Amino acid sequence: MADTVVRTRRQVSVEGPPKGAGRLPRAAVHHPWWFALPAITVFVGFFLVPNLLNFYYPFTNWSSYHADIAFTGLDNFRTIADDGSLLRAIRTTLLYALLAALFQNGFGLVLALLLEADTRFNRFFRAVFFLPVLISALATGYVFQALLDQDGAVNSLLGTDVPWLGSTTWTLVVVTLIHGWKWMGLAMLIYLAGLKGIPGDLLEAARMDGAGPWRTFWSVRRPMLAPAVTFNVTTALIGSMNTFDIVQATTGGGPAASTEVFNIYMFRIFGQGLYAQASAMSLVLFLVVVAVAIPLVVGLRRREQLL
Amino acid sequence: MTPVMWRYGRPALVLLLAGLAVGVPLWLVAVTSAKPQAESIEPNLDLPDRWQPGANYEDAVSQGEMLRGFVNSLLVVVPSVLLVLLLGAGAAWVFARRRSRLVSAAYALCISGLLLPPAVITIVMELRQLGLANTRPGMIAVYTGMYLSTSIFFMTGFIRAIPMELEEAARMDGASQARIFARIVLPLVRPVIATATIMVMLYAWSDVFYAFFVLGGGDRATLPLNLYQVASAQLYLNNWHLVFAYVVVMSLPMVAVFLVGQRKIVSGITSGAVK
Repeated sequence: MADTVVRTRRQVSVEGPPKGAGRLPRAAVHHPWWFALPAITVFVGFFLVPNLLNFYYPFTNWSSYHADIAFTGLDNFRTIADDGSLLRAIRTTLLYALLAALFQNGFGLVLALLLEADTRFNRFFRAVFFLPVLISALATGYVFQALLDQDGAVNSLLGTDVPWLGSTTWTLVVVTLIHGWKWMGLAMLIYLAGLKGIPGDLLEAARMDGAGPWRTFWSVRRPMLAPAVTFNVTTALIGSMNTFDIVQATTGGGPAASTEVFNIYMFRIFGQGLYAQASAMSLVLFLVVVAVAIPLVVGLRRREQLL
Repeated sequence: MTPVMWRYGRPALVLLLAGLAVGVPLWLVAVTSAKPQAESIEPNLDLPDRWQPGANYEDAVSQGEMLRGFVNSLLVVVPSVLLVLLLGAGAAWVFARRRSRLVSAAYALCISGLLLPPAVITIVMELRQLGLANTRPGMIAVYTGMYLSTSIFFMTGFIRAIPMELEEAARMDGASQARIFARIVLPLVRPVIATATIMVMLYAWSDVFYAFFVLGGGDRATLPLNLYQVASAQLYLNNWHLVFAYVVVMSLPMVAVFLVGQRKIVSGITSGAVK
């Protein structure tokens, strides 16, 4: 009896005062802002401020050839548009991101389906396929350069003489395949988690209704994998637009600039001391990423809810 | 596809894929790193005629400045990881527990780094003005800024799922905010910390792009920067054997970390992503 009385009284005291007035001070006391301030300061100072500065320096003549920095308007954008590097970088990067996301997710999904059951054999091979994620992208690039060079291991093994990294059309595809290879282990883990999240009785019911493995995959598991797909496709597309190491180590942007993505271009131009021009390209990359990311996230979220 | 085919075909297919896709590249690295220079000019999958792994790794250490690179890498990666985790946890705690427009806005701002690319060129400009260009604190600040979004995103989702009552109980007992954070919140987010650690370590340990802009070459160069220099000299020197000895040494720490924390890492990566 006494117990009930105490409990009711406490409830009254918590919910008693009007909502807006009572809540805020209590939250402020218990979870004070200053716990978040260091993180916000570092993030704003070293991530957001540079991105804001990136809206000013592309319009200047900042370079190693000038002592001072003066406003020059759209000159840098005119330069990169006129020499064709702007459109080429946009096209190459988007194509790279698209193919890399495709391969990374394709390989990852196939591996997840092959290694789905929780057996010792499968656990061992999951770790094996995760190994490339642990090797640095730069090292991965060098390994594949040694494999795919014209006098490399693959040609000597097959007895062929294919210039894997020397085609202005196909080398981009080869490099994105390497990118997919490096990250397939991570995509596999996330698809595995997605598969595990599907309730067993759903699959049981599908089997009772006479659905074969293909039908079960297409009609039951594929829609249930939607959150995993959202995460994997978004991170793969956005991450591969920021690619540098694999391209630098395999082709350095060649042949004939056919694999020169944004970051390779910035690296090259910055090395020549044309800082503002590199910054202009960096701003374009920022805008391209935003233009791709927003509709992508919104679209995939909506699709998730529909399925 | 019949069940019988799946039963025997699947393991065979897994073995074949693992052998071709992972086995061949790793085999190439292992054998080439043990070959003398003359045998490694044209890299192939043959076993070395003469084994000299010791000499190669020694050369990679002396010519490639491996030990200095290793120490340099540790000196920027370890503080970055610690800061990302500690600052990230503090912010995530506030973002997970408080509800207001301002908090949502701050949270959205802080996780914008998940999608937005870092503006690497103007980072250099800013660091020069702050006197942090070519310094380790500059590099640490840049890495921390870049990966905070990831850790805040993962940790906020995780803390939201922890019941408030645990904190309330400690508060009743008169614990201060700092004490509750250190003794209750931090231990509870340990599973996510394992994941965030490996992800941030993976990116920072293997990063060469941002390190090139912020640290440059010179005596603060990290392992990947050194590997880049060794491999760039490769064009004239044909030293694949040294490049691959370097690749092995650079990769081993990450493989070791993964093997130690495997189970936690895997469950952490997957639970955070699909939520």
